[in-house]
Amino acid sequence: MSSRRSRTRQPGCSRISDDQINDLVSKLQQLLPEIRDRRSDKVSAGNVLQETCNYIRSLHKEVDDLSERLSELLASTDTAQAAIIRSLLKQK
Amino acid sequence: MASLISYLNLEEESKRKKLWKTGYELRDRNSRPETSWRSESEQRIYSTKLVDALRLVRRNPSAADMVSSFREIREAADRVLAVEAKGRTRWSRAILASQLRLRLANNMKHKRAKVTGCSRPKRLEKKRFSPTLQRKARLLSRLVPGCRKVSFPNLLEEATDYIAALEMQVRAMTALTELVTGPPVDRLGSTSNS
Repeated sequence: MSSRRSRTRQPGCSRISDDQINDLVSKLQQLLPEIRDRRSDKVSAGNVLQETCNYIRSLHKEVDDLSERLSELLASTDTAQAAIIRSLLKQK
Repeated sequence: MASLISYLNLEEESKRKKLWKTGYELRDRNSRPETSWRSESEQRIYSTKLVDALRLVRRNPSAADMVSSFREIREAADRVLAVEAKGRTRWSRAILASQLRLRLANNMKHKRAKVTGCSRPKRLEKKRFSPTLQRKARLLSRLVPGCRKVSFPNLLEEATDYIAALEMQVRAMTALTELVTGPPVDRLGSTSNS
């Protein structure tokens, strides 16, 4: 849906509809395990934003931890690499 | 460095340049097919490419190299993830751009410094957003790469895609570590979630 053609008070700025925002917020809401599990409909946009930030931060931390783990594993032995590759090939 | 170059060579130069340029022109997301980060095939593609990249990471048992090894792995994981997005999202282009800037700053003739600042900052309709909401939106925009100046709906879209991609990254890397160590460690705990 293109709302850019409608008249806007601020030239050069596209109008953002409430529906569009609510739609995006609810889409985001569905992704967040915290809010999804609580099954509550009374979730404000602020809540969703907050949870999104927390969730992204925790995912970043996960990736960091996993990177560190992988780096330890790869450093420990050369055969670890071969094992990874072999296992991946087996899955195909 | 070698792994980055090998990825750059995967796509023809003209195709790559086109992606970079047109990526910023594309505003209508409905016309672009989205990456389905939840599918098994995407995860398998990611895992395979990540292993390829990890092969090229230097491996030295000395403690001093541990930090740089971690950095290289983290960057490889992010780079492969961003490449898989195929230039469709802002966060993925921002990741690649910042990595390029770091590595090739001295060699590149075309300065890509403007990559993330290319879009005109869209003014939020201020009456709509309370200051707390604005503050949280700003926090979020700092967490999603390349999204500091995008409009609120854009930010939400980018965040949605970014979260799905991150989840896949965690799943894939967890699976990789499990392959090597053996016993499963429950991270996101979703094997039937594809």
